[in-house]
Amino acid sequence: MNNAKRPLSPHLQVYRPQLSSVSSILHRITGAFLVVGGVVFVWWLMAAATGPEAFARANSCLTSTFGQIVLFGWVWAGFYHLVNGIRHLIWDTGQGYGKDESNRSARIVIGGSVLLTLSFWLIMTGQG
Amino acid sequence: MSGKPDTNYRSPLARARNLGSARSGVQSWWMQRVSAVALVVLMLWLVMSATFFLSTSHAAVTEWLSQPYNAVGIILFVVSMFYHAWLGVREIIEDYIHHKMLKVLSLIALQFVCFASGAAGVFAVLKIAFGG
Repeated sequence: MNNAKRPLSPHLQVYRPQLSSVSSILHRITGAFLVVGGVVFVWWLMAAATGPEAFARANSCLTSTFGQIVLFGWVWAGFYHLVNGIRHLIWDTGQGYGKDESNRSARIVIGGSVLLTLSFWLIMTGQG
Repeated sequence: MSGKPDTNYRSPLARARNLGSARSGVQSWWMQRVSAVALVVLMLWLVMSATFFLSTSHAAVTEWLSQPYNAVGIILFVVSMFYHAWLGVREIIEDYIHHKMLKVLSLIALQFVCFASGAAGVFAVLKIAFGG
């Protein structure tokens, strides 16, 4: 194995962010962030299973200002990862690899995720 | 029986050190896609059910989860999500953590978190659905 620490060419320090690379790393970042959201979701389910007092305590965390900001982040991360995930699945069939095609689909993913997030949030908070 | 010569171009030391391709991984790749498709369906269902399910009213939430199809749906969602998460975060750890002991501990910790969360989620839904 390589025991000596050999130097690496600079990459992140010099390469300009592109739509392709940014949408790709966002898929990974939103995925990781959603795992945390998943654990919190299970915590909320466990609170519901425990009883009304535990459930009320869990909700007071989630409805706090900080909680609402993080929840909003999870909603956007969820929609982004969902729509970009579909983009990945389409790639898996062999379609859509062209530069213009994938740049266009990246814009659809970003725009679509923002739209879905805002719609979902407005509908949910409108219910009260 | 005419035998094919057993050609292995790896040096003996390399073979002893288990260097080279892992020779497996397609199953993980495929199951990531399968769980992804399941999650697309389950997410769409969850988003559409959100106004009934994601409530601050304990009665509303427990009543919704007690309905059989809703309970099964959430159970499938929790299991699929943590399976998909396990496969995905495993790749992240393999990509960025190179210190052997740190990598091993992280992978084990990840597996425990995913399995424990999945178990807790399934249990919570069942308790609500059966507890009444």
